[in-house]
Amino acid sequence: MKYFSHAQFIYQQFPSLKTFIEKLFILNFRILTQYMNMALADICKLNFSSKSSLTKLPSNEEVFNAEAQDCFSIPTAPQAASYLSHLSKPDSDVHIKFNHGTTTLAFKFQHGVVVATDSRATAGDYIASQTVKKVIEINPYLLGTMAGGAADCSFWERVLAKQCRVYELRNKERISVAAASKVLANMVYNYKGMGLSMGTMICGWDKRGPGLYYVDSDGQRLNGSMFAVGSGATYAYGVMDAGYSNDMCVEDALALGKRAIYHATHRDAYSGGFVNLYHMKESGWEHISWTDVKDLHYAYKNEKK
Amino acid sequence: MSMTEVHRQASVGPKQHRFEPYAFNGGNILAVAGGDFAVVASDTRLSQGFMIHTRDHPKAVQLTANTVLAQSGFEGDSLTLKKHVQMRIGMYEHNHGKTPSTSAIAAMISKMLYYKRFFPYYVYNIVAGLDNEGKGCVYSYDPVGSYEREQYRAAGAANELLQPLLDNQIGFKNMSEAGPPLSKERAIQLCIDCFISAAERDITTGDCVLIQVIDKDGVETKKFPLRRD
Repeated sequence: MKYFSHAQFIYQQFPSLKTFIEKLFILNFRILTQYMNMALADICKLNFSSKSSLTKLPSNEEVFNAEAQDCFSIPTAPQAASYLSHLSKPDSDVHIKFNHGTTTLAFKFQHGVVVATDSRATAGDYIASQTVKKVIEINPYLLGTMAGGAADCSFWERVLAKQCRVYELRNKERISVAAASKVLANMVYNYKGMGLSMGTMICGWDKRGPGLYYVDSDGQRLNGSMFAVGSGATYAYGVMDAGYSNDMCVEDALALGKRAIYHATHRDAYSGGFVNLYHMKESGWEHISWTDVKDLHYAYKNEKK
Repeated sequence: MSMTEVHRQASVGPKQHRFEPYAFNGGNILAVAGGDFAVVASDTRLSQGFMIHTRDHPKAVQLTANTVLAQSGFEGDSLTLKKHVQMRIGMYEHNHGKTPSTSAIAAMISKMLYYKRFFPYYVYNIVAGLDNEGKGCVYSYDPVGSYEREQYRAAGAANELLQPLLDNQIGFKNMSEAGPPLSKERAIQLCIDCFISAAERDITTGDCVLIQVIDKDGVETKKFPLRRD
């Protein structure tokens, strides 16, 4: 166990070493995945040789120690990532379905950031829950949204909350939105290609004013003033673009966010439930409302008359 | 190879054989939270494909005086997860000198499930019990640890049959008038009725339903027979 902690230390000190090795073997994909697995072995503190097949399962003690020390356990097979990919295919006998979340949006305007999400989680075609909280309160001045895999988003944003707190304690200063989003992007980049599904927006207010970043599990990280993420994103964009202006008042901006989510839930089967609305101000975020989409439908219908 | 075998292979197509780490052992679990109680119901049939391994294998286990864990899915993973959870609760008690609360156990199980994100436990878990204020709580999970506190949840093979029934009878969804708050007797009766319905339409549910009622006096266990066909 001591040897691998040294290797992990070296990888942390010389991150370029890993990319250098990967570049050398960029055409030989098989060896590339072996190096990815070796990097994983360092992260996971597990020992396996690339030549072993699934004959040596980790012992109860190994898995238990790994859990107690907070690291991931992976199958002891040469290509761990692809070994289990057949389980996510719908036609296999054992089809494990995870909860996926959809339609979240956020936009900046002169008075801060408006964040709105729906609350439906689907596992395949089954609606697993209509009351999921897709806005994750990282700390009183940072919000993260959830789209894609529900477990992936809530887990990694919770780790982000821990890292933000550690930053605050070390530097006696709040973490900036740019830095927080970068921390998250770097964390999930280590697992790129392994099947994480996460599309999140990090929203906050720091020294530079309102901040909004889009981060996803492909390693994308973008700064912007308007994003919509999830299966209902296109519907939300249409409504948001039609009504958006930077000089909106707070009431109009909140109404726009709510309406955009409502229209996405109306047309997208994988979105629905309740509209969760937040406003990010200079003094931190404020939870505005949790409205049933059914009530919004009749309210908007009556408005038209 | 005979002619019939050749035809069968041709229609199915080539299939790579590999070690299958999972199996589906069927069964259902259900949990309902009330004002000062929680009810967990689980059937006791363990099956695989069209075979019943045993008729007396409960799917719920009491973790502490206040908390019950119910599991459905692959029995191998659910046994291992149950063992690990019980060990971690033991460690918590040694480190902190007190039993963990239901919400602490719920958060811990979420992390334990997510650490197997790349080789998941094929188990659908429900944790039910009393929270710190003595009110009933139910936490439901997906196989990789996404969890949420709810008032009721059905999981397992027939969850798509049972969950809408609970939505109507406990959640009063899409009804113009909500009913009275849930009493313990009504909750227990509802759970039994749900399993009777599930046994009618799901082949992996049946034999016997185990009802565990968690309240401030502890956990009470009752058994009710179901159809055995």
